[in-house]
Parts: sequence; C-alpha cells; structure tokens
Amino acid sequence: MSLMNILLDVSVSHLGGAIGAGLAAIGAGIGIGQIGKGAVESIARQPEAANDIRANMILTAAFVEGVALFAVIAGLLAVLK
Amino acid sequence: MGEIRLKSLLVASLSLLLAFSSFPAMANEDHAGEKLDPAKVIMEHIQDAHDFHFFTLKKNDGTEFHATIPLPVIIYSQTKGKLTTFSSAKFEHGHAAYKGYKLEHGKIHSETENEVFYDLSMTKNVVQMLLALTILVVLMVGIANKYKKGQGVTSAPKGWQNAIEPVITFVRDEVAKPNLGKKYGKYLPYLLTVFFFILINNIFGLLPGSANVTGNIAFTIVLGVISFFVILFSTNKHFWGHIFWFPGVPTPVRIFIMLPVELLGVFTKPFALIVRLFANMVAGHIIILSFITLIFIFGSMSAVAGWGFSPLSVAFAVFIYMIEIMVAFIQAFIFTNLTAVFIGQAFEGSHDDHH
Repeated sequence: MSLMNILLDVSVSHLGGAIGAGLAAIGAGIGIGQIGKGAVESIARQPEAANDIRANMILTAAFVEGVALFAVIAGLLAVLK
Repeated sequence: MGEIRLKSLLVASLSLLLAFSSFPAMANEDHAGEKLDPAKVIMEHIQDAHDFHFFTLKKNDGTEFHATIPLPVIIYSQTKGKLTTFSSAKFEHGHAAYKGYKLEHGKIHSETENEVFYDLSMTKNVVQMLLALTILVVLMVGIANKYKKGQGVTSAPKGWQNAIEPVITFVRDEVAKPNLGKKYGKYLPYLLTVFFFILINNIFGLLPGSANVTGNIAFTIVLGVISFFVILFSTNKHFWGHIFWFPGVPTPVRIFIMLPVELLGVFTKPFALIVRLFANMVAGHIIILSFITLIFIFGSMSAVAGWGFSPLSVAFAVFIYMIEIMVAFIQAFIFTNLTAVFIGQAFEGSHDDHH
C-alpha cells in the first residue's frame, strides 16, 4: 500500500473532517474564554455597566461561535461527501 | 418565599424536560433486525420529510406501528404536464411506489425515465413554518387590536401584551435605536418580524418530533437574501464611496486590496448571517440526537449497557437542551442585531471626524 493509496482512501477525508472540527472547537474555546475574561474583568472594575457589558459579550461570543461553526460545517461536508 | 417558588419552578421545568427528552429515547426503535446506523438516524431527524414521524413501536407479532402524521404530496410533472396529489401514507414509509413515484431516503424519485418534475409537497418544514406564521399573525394582530382599543396605552396591559411588550421594547431600544438612529421606524417592522419568526421556529424545532426549520439551509438562505436586499436598498452614496475609494490608505492598497475586500465584504456579511443561524441550529440538534443515539449504540452492544448508560445520556441531553433554549433566543437576537448593524452601516453618512 503506497502512501498515495492510503491518502486517497475515503476514510482520510473523514479523519480530516473530524480533526478540523476538533481544532475549531479549541479555537472557539480560547476565543470565547478571552471574551468572558475581558467581560468579567470589566464588570469587576465597573459593576454599574454590567448590563451593557453583558450584551456586548453575548454579541461578540456569537460572532466567534459563528466562525467556529463554519469550520464544523466544513468538517461535516468532508465527512458526508 | 420567592426562593422556594423559584426552586419549585426550576424542579418542575427540569422534570418536564427530562420526561420530554426520554420520549425519543423510549421508542426510537429502528427497523427490526437491521444494524443501527447512527449517522443515518441522526440525518433522518435533521432533514425534511413527508410526514411527522413521532415514534415506531415493534409489536409482538413482528410488525411495526408507526405513529406518524402523513402530509400531502404535491408533484407537478413537467414532462407529463399534470399535477399529482396524494397522501404520503401511500408510500408506506418507502416500501411502495404510487402513481409512478417512489420515496427513497426521504426524496421522491420518478419511476419513469428522465421525467422532469417539481416536488411542491407540504413537507414537515412547510407545515411547521405555516404553523409558526399562523401563531405569529394571530398573536400579534390580537395584541395590536388590544392596543388600538386603548388597553395597555391608557390602562395596564393584560394577558399576552405583558409577555410581548418587553420583547418588542427590547428590540426597539437595544437593537433598532442604537444602530439605526432616527430612521428606526422604517426598519422596525422587518426586524421584529425576523426576530419573532426565527424565535418561534427555533423553539418549535426543539420539540421532539417537530421539523428542523431553522436548521435548514434553504430557510436561512432565504432569510439572509431578504436581509441582503434590505441592506442593499438602504445604501447611500457615502457607503459605495467608501467601498470603491477607501479613505486613509495609499492608492495601490486602495485598488488592489481594499476594493476586492470591501466588495466581497458586501456579500460575506449576509452569508455569515446565513451560515451562523444554520450551523448553530443544526449543531445543537445533532448534539442532542447524538446523546440519545448513544443510548442505542450502547444498547446494541448489550442490553445492560444500554439501560445503565441511559440516565447519564439523558442528563447530558437535558443539559444540552437548556443550552439550546438559550441558543434559540440568542441566535434570533444575533440575526436581528447584525441585520440592524449592517443596515446602519449602509446609510451611515459622513462622520464629522474622519478615520
């Protein structure tokens, strides 16, 4: 079995899709963690602004999660096609 | 006293959700004797179908009882030039062909060669969308009539006004006014419609046996395209000036980098709206279904493992259900908010202090 034969096997695309989705989860975790860290620190500095900060935090977290889910969809396409 | 009430409410809702999510676990039997294919089961639940399938029971004599609501199948055949309508029960879950059409993997295929036909059936998604539409129209028109008569304006709001008014004022004050400034009145009807439509379909999609409407790329594409046109029709000269002649950068950068990037940006912003809503909803449903299917995967190994694993799996599924309810609200809010932000960016006009 040459390397080419192994790489062209369909199962490699499944592997690639799954690894990609996992990496995207790591990225989302780091990103949203940083957003949460910034938000919580800001609330600690100024508790009266908690509501505004919370709204912005949720908005930004949805952006980051959207990007991570792009990668999940790409992984899903790699597995299903 | 308030804490005890909150605690009992929490226990009641949690146990109800637990009971609900054990529904798909209880009777999600597959065809007798066939090996369990988790991917196929999950895909079947996420995709559109021609009937509402709640559960299938295997009776003692080996036959199966399907608890389904069959939906009408409407096919317009261009080659034959005629419209065919019948109940999807005639397909007998893919085992029988009817009037020259058969059901394979949820899609209708024609038995005659090279037949061009259009499947206009009322599938699960269509029925659920119409249901959400009806609820939305009835609810909102009813509330509006009450406001017209003065209830909630000169006297205290009653009934559904109490539930809907904070949500509408939230969308108006947190989404429309900050982003759209003085012109918020023009766009508020569209923003409210999009918000409530996505919210109702998200919530419906969480019920076991319902259709996965917002997790359907076609649905989100249409919403995204409508938002794209709303944004496009609100653009002004200043907006296009910024795209084609981005201020504050050297000219080579302006032509070769900023122009393609900005032009692409006009399209990627609605595209992100589309994929964000679709991916969030589909991912949530897949996670819940995976946890429930995990029970059956373990069960196919040994009955004891299946039963033993089910409390853990149901607990995880309930936890994810809670998150999905939150995600349902958040995604509706995000779609509306970002549409408002993009519309605001479109007619922004010149800033007093340039970049």
